[in-house]
Amino acid sequence: MLERDAALVENAIKEYYFNHHDLIPVPPKIGEREFGYQKFNGGMTRHIAIRDIKELHLLLMRETPSDVYCSNAYYSFPSMPMAEKDWKGADLIFDIDAKDLALDCRPSHSVSRCGTCGNAAQGRHAACPSCASPKVESVSVACRNCIDESKKEVAKLAAILDGDLGISPADVQVYFSGNEGFHIKVPSPAYESLGSHERADLVDYVMFNGAIPEAFGMRRQNSAKSSLPELGEPGWRGRVASGIFGSRSRAQKISRQVVLEGYAAFQARLDGLKKTIGARVDPKVTMDVHRIFRLEGSINSKSGLAKVRAQDLASFDPFTDACLLGDEKVEVAACCPVPVRLRNKKYGPYAGERVSIPKYAAVYLICKGLASAV
Amino acid sequence: MDLAKYPFLAEAGAYLRDKGFNLEQLGHPDWAPLVDKAYGRIVVASSGQIYGSDSRLENPDMEILSFIVAVILLKAASVQTLTRRFALAEARRAERYLQQDLWSSKKSLDLPLKIIRELFGVEVSVESDEFVIRVSDYLKRAVHFHEKEWKLVNRRVGSGHVRLTAHETVRLIRTELGQYINSRIQAVSLPQIPEAFQARVRDLVSLASRFSDAVVVSSDYPPCVKHAIEVLEKGENLPHSGRFLLATFLLSRGQTTDQIAPLFKNAPDYNERITRYQLEHISGASGRGTKYSCPSCDKLRSENLCFAVPECDGVINPAQFGKRRPRPNA
Repeated sequence: MLERDAALVENAIKEYYFNHHDLIPVPPKIGEREFGYQKFNGGMTRHIAIRDIKELHLLLMRETPSDVYCSNAYYSFPSMPMAEKDWKGADLIFDIDAKDLALDCRPSHSVSRCGTCGNAAQGRHAACPSCASPKVESVSVACRNCIDESKKEVAKLAAILDGDLGISPADVQVYFSGNEGFHIKVPSPAYESLGSHERADLVDYVMFNGAIPEAFGMRRQNSAKSSLPELGEPGWRGRVASGIFGSRSRAQKISRQVVLEGYAAFQARLDGLKKTIGARVDPKVTMDVHRIFRLEGSINSKSGLAKVRAQDLASFDPFTDACLLGDEKVEVAACCPVPVRLRNKKYGPYAGERVSIPKYAAVYLICKGLASAV
Repeated sequence: MDLAKYPFLAEAGAYLRDKGFNLEQLGHPDWAPLVDKAYGRIVVASSGQIYGSDSRLENPDMEILSFIVAVILLKAASVQTLTRRFALAEARRAERYLQQDLWSSKKSLDLPLKIIRELFGVEVSVESDEFVIRVSDYLKRAVHFHEKEWKLVNRRVGSGHVRLTAHETVRLIRTELGQYINSRIQAVSLPQIPEAFQARVRDLVSLASRFSDAVVVSSDYPPCVKHAIEVLEKGENLPHSGRFLLATFLLSRGQTTDQIAPLFKNAPDYNERITRYQLEHISGASGRGTKYSCPSCDKLRSENLCFAVPECDGVINPAQFGKRRPRPNA
């Protein structure tokens, strides 16, 4: 990022941390967490121990980091090197990101930014349409559909956590990630001691990975004698039943047909159901028990939006509720071929012109690489 | 009766005192059959079999005493391989009784559930003839199994609990049972042993020498395969996936079932008939004729069986090791 862009964004972030201390909650067991942060154009500083919320606020004001992270794990010695930290447990975390959902809307709000001529073109391109340079980078800007689809995945996950894993909705904290998805945190004593391998199997569970026909009553040999799960059964058996049969009236007929198709076809059906009934989370995040995860209330430098709690998921609008930077006008040179909607106002499209827009919108475009301070 | 099934629960010293015995007495020729029984218990275990008590356990004292004396003989002989095999075989024996107790009737459920709860910290409840445990307790144990049926997604899960059969419940704690018995044996302090035990101790030392045949490890084997051979050589338990790697790798190098089978002889649960059957199955000589190939490096990494060295660069399957030339600029 250019120096003057970084300065503009840094100032906006500093102002936010100064005015909105209240939006950064005290992480439980704060003294046992590992903190880390990044500065604009700088590397990652991690293995930091913080005693209390005042010390955390001080760090935010003093360093004005572009991004701040806090471990989901807690340790006896959070500031020691990893091997000596003495891991004590970790909150269960899940990451749902719209970019992993392969949605049809993606090309319509993706912008290919050329590193050579600075041109920005809508869609994904291997080379710059204007100067043919291969140095293009693709970014994605605010899209309502991406958020809605991500919310559906959050709802699937929450239902599995509640019904199957016994984690009540009151214990499931849903956060907007600050860019294009959601972070789900479960500070549950029942699961905090699980290691990486166990979490890998747990994440396969919520994603419906690795299901075998035998577990759903389909026999490898003599498949005609199979007895498939019924609608209304708890857990995956019930979800598989409703995924295959749809309604009760069709169940018997389809069941006979499925049994006739045999074992291999049933395996293919199970694999096909993964997308619709499994929660599409990023497995690497859940498996990692030493991760430092974006801090609640902090600004995400990919967008200038904040990671905030979505108390009521249905009505939550990240482009308003998480768009918390100042609104005084700033002048920038913007080059953004698709319009961006923030706080219910449309910005763009801009064709390399100088515009005077609120700071939150200017920071958003600068963070996406689609505008520059003048 | 219960201690006869689970003799490792007995505090050896206290048990002997309660019964009015001391070790010196057991050294008397009248007790020779007991020492023989104890020795037999170890020999059976060392061959990978489960020591079969008479089914009704009509002489519970002999069952418990023979276990205690076996432990003393093992301590005196001080051969780790035999101790591990003994612990594993005793775990399998206890596993049988646990399963029987869980199956049979409600009345005898208290003891097996108490053992599982107190020794391994797993709370098991019973709901309509099924055994129900917490998801986290299940995961911590089931992740060590590689069969797909043990994946949580293939289990019946609800409200934070997993439903299991008696057999599955006991299978889940098998490894811990072995470790527990091993730790109990390790914790026993060796008393002054009667002269009459010495001959059997010497027999054990010579029995152990059978398990230390040198195995030739070729230097063209990749480190994962060398590791698998080393683990077996030490008489330690190599997980199923490690055994599969070893078998498929050696088959891919043109070795025959006859050449490979002896490698597994040191496995604590070795059974020649089963080993041959499985090797023949993997080689495609029996069963459906599918010839299994060596698992990929990716797969081995995920199973913690990869011990990559610089020569592994550019190799994606152990079978390629030593055959692919490294890329010139790599």
